[in-house]
Amino acid sequence: MSADLTDRVSALPFFAGLAPRLLRQLCAEGRLVRYPAGKRLFGEGGDADRFWLIEDGSVALDLRVPGRGDQVIETLGAGTVVGWSWLHPPYRWSFGAATRSPVQAVVFAAAAVRGRCDTDPAFGYAMLRLFTPVITERLQATRLRLLDLYATPAPAGRS
Amino acid sequence: MSARAPALEAGSAVPQPYRVIARHTDTADTVTLTIEPDAVPLERFAPGQFAMLTAYGIGEVPISVSAIATPEQGRARRLVHTLRAVGAVTRALHAARPGDVIGARGPFGTTWDVASAVGHDVVIVAGGIGLAPLRPVLHAVLADRPRYGRVVVLIGGRTPADLLYREEMAKISAAGAEVAVIVDQPADGWTGQVGVVTTLIPPAHFDPDRTVAFVCGPEIMMRFTAQALIARGVPAPRVRVSLERNMRCGVGWCGHCQLGPLLVCRDGPVIDYAHSEPLISVREL
Ligand SMILES: Cc1cc2nc3c(=O)[nH]c(=O)nc-3n(C[C@H](O)[C@H](O)[C@H](O)COP(=O)(O)OP(=O)(O)OC[C@H]3O[C@@H](n4cnc5c(N)ncnc54)[C@H](O)[C@@H]3O)c2cc1C
Ligand code: FES
Repeated sequence: MSADLTDRVSALPFFAGLAPRLLRQLCAEGRLVRYPAGKRLFGEGGDADRFWLIEDGSVALDLRVPGRGDQVIETLGAGTVVGWSWLHPPYRWSFGAATRSPVQAVVFAAAAVRGRCDTDPAFGYAMLRLFTPVITERLQATRLRLLDLYATPAPAGRS
Repeated sequence: MSARAPALEAGSAVPQPYRVIARHTDTADTVTLTIEPDAVPLERFAPGQFAMLTAYGIGEVPISVSAIATPEQGRARRLVHTLRAVGAVTRALHAARPGDVIGARGPFGTTWDVASAVGHDVVIVAGGIGLAPLRPVLHAVLADRPRYGRVVVLIGGRTPADLLYREEMAKISAAGAEVAVIVDQPADGWTGQVGVVTTLIPPAHFDPDRTVAFVCGPEIMMRFTAQALIARGVPAPRVRVSLERNMRCGVGWCGHCQLGPLLVCRDGPVIDYAHSEPLISVREL
């Protein structure tokens, strides 16, 4: 871990509120990575052994649909985290993910972070508090999209 | 509240014949009509206001102005409306061709009050056809660019093919405004963002303390957008939304557009979120 990495991670709002001790623990399991556009980060059903904090660029979550290839479900940009399936058994990705543009990110070793969550409840609680909103926000976004708000309205009687 | 509608003329009750002089196809179901009066021109419209447009023999619907043509002697020589065909009347208006005559009454309703955003960052958030009523805000701000702070335009659409004014938005982006676009359903070849429009708000570059936000789209989208803007620190009174209700008279007589204590045709459509929030709240999803 370098002080540089800790500075970078705390510069983005996602982990910025983390106490310095916890931030250092987290960053001990992270490293800076750069990917070209089109690099697959993980595939649906694979081991959820990592997660990423995107510093720059964009990542697409996708799902393989028979006959239609990889369908993009959502794109995630700078400042967001990619991956929370590592938090809960069976630790497998529900979707795939690939970079859409050159990406600079911090990748964290999920099993090691999970180990720290188990041994240090303060650290574990902080992680849950950070990741739970990610899960609820993505659920909210999915529900909104299910409503298909911009679709042509179905014919209905008007008073 | 936003700027109140000016006093109405008696002529507001009678549609004036306007001739279609240009028809631009924006998307598969949306066109922009430019119309000119055959007889008496209406008063000048302000951004956010709407006209009641008549498809003769079919009916009349409220449609906002999607551009403000240069007025002649204070009157709207030309009106520009972007409309989406969703039902009988909008389908008939959508089908109008250059030379056809439609009816127009107005101007009605409150305005976006663009001038009140002078000295502020301007954040425009549009969902679907909601970009149409917001386009005059963008035009007004860009025409007077030095008087405003940052200009951020966040656009959500169903698919890439449903996005309005794509060339114009590309030009605006090239001219220095921050324009971000997101679609619900990407098509093959779409390299842009995918998701809901609210996800564009946290990474956008504006100073919430000195921002005026203009939001238009489906009501639920406006509610979540307003909440996301407020969560970023924009004060609720400086988040403006444009409400939609079915209308008949357009001038506060019939009560058809009542929403709680408001008549949307007269007290709206543009209302700040501090006032509209209790009126458009929906149960948690
Ligand atoms: C102040 C105001 C400004 C508007 N500006 C524009 C504009 O600039 N461009 C534009 O295309 N439309 C605009 N609208 C919406 C437009 O007025 C409606 O689409 C129109 O009234 C539908 O009438 P219709 O006879 O074609 O369809 P109808 O047969 O009356 O309705 C067809 C279907 O559309 C649904 N519907 C009707 N009105 C709406 C609505 N307002 N929102 C969502 N669904 C609706 C109905 O429930 C029905 O399912 C505006 C509405 C208001 C109140
Ligand atoms: S439409 Fe008649 S009161 Fe508003």
